[in-house]
Amino acid sequence: MITLGDYLIVSGLLFTIGFAGVMLRRNIIIIFMCLELMLNAANLSLVAFSRFRVDAGLPNYNAQVFVFFIITVAAAEVAVGLAIIVALFRARQTTHVEDIASLKF
Amino acid sequence: MSPFLFWIFAGLMLVFGAGVVLNRNPVASALSLVVSFLGLAALFMSLDAYFIGIIQVLVYAGAVMVLFLFIIMLLDLRAEKLRKINWLASAGGIAVAVALSVQILYVIGNFRFSQQPFPPLARSTVDDVHHVGSLLFENYNLPFQIIGVLVLVATIGVVVLSKRELR
Repeated sequence: MITLGDYLIVSGLLFTIGFAGVMLRRNIIIIFMCLELMLNAANLSLVAFSRFRVDAGLPNYNAQVFVFFIITVAAAEVAVGLAIIVALFRARQTTHVEDIASLKF
Repeated sequence: MSPFLFWIFAGLMLVFGAGVVLNRNPVASALSLVVSFLGLAALFMSLDAYFIGIIQVLVYAGAVMVLFLFIIMLLDLRAEKLRKINWLASAGGIAVAVALSVQILYVIGNFRFSQQPFPPLARSTVDDVHHVGSLLFENYNLPFQIIGVLVLVATIGVVVLSKRELR
């Protein structure tokens, strides 16, 4: 029997994988993909709670509307972020975060 | 959904999610991210959220990942050359990630609803797109319009950022 805790554990592990990727990788595009993984982990736990809070035989659709908004904002964020990465690559010819140290103290 | 299918799709999602972090070639990372998102869409469908699952496949596995692959190929990124790895920083990152996962597992273990099974749904003739859509256009009409403006602003921002004379 699959319980709410199983979905939450899987969601937490996916978030941790994304977080570890942001901490470990130095390629800015991979870091961006790991951010997407973390957003999706949050979506999974939202949908699991939506299915758990059954009201009059229906899941709580407020959480699913929230997930819909998150997906929309994430798509806009990906478009803008990748445009910034392309502009950065044009200026510096690198996507490696350690080569971009102008703001470093 | 049977526990067998749940663990297959959850394992698929986690293994290919780890593949995103571990692959050296950005194209391989992007392709394993696609598989990870497909596993996640299957988990959404197992939670009776068919609309969200289909949106996940269309928007993430379709549009967003095509954009990622497009940018990777546009920038002509090769597999990273092996740089000198800063072992101290890597060990610190792994330690923080392990500490985070231990905290998450501890919180979920103490959560009092985490061992309860999901309550059954009533048989409904109306599908969930109908419910999500009516909620979206009635209760959440203003946020929906704000999201539309946000997407427009993002489109304009991308056009401005992509102009060649930006310095």
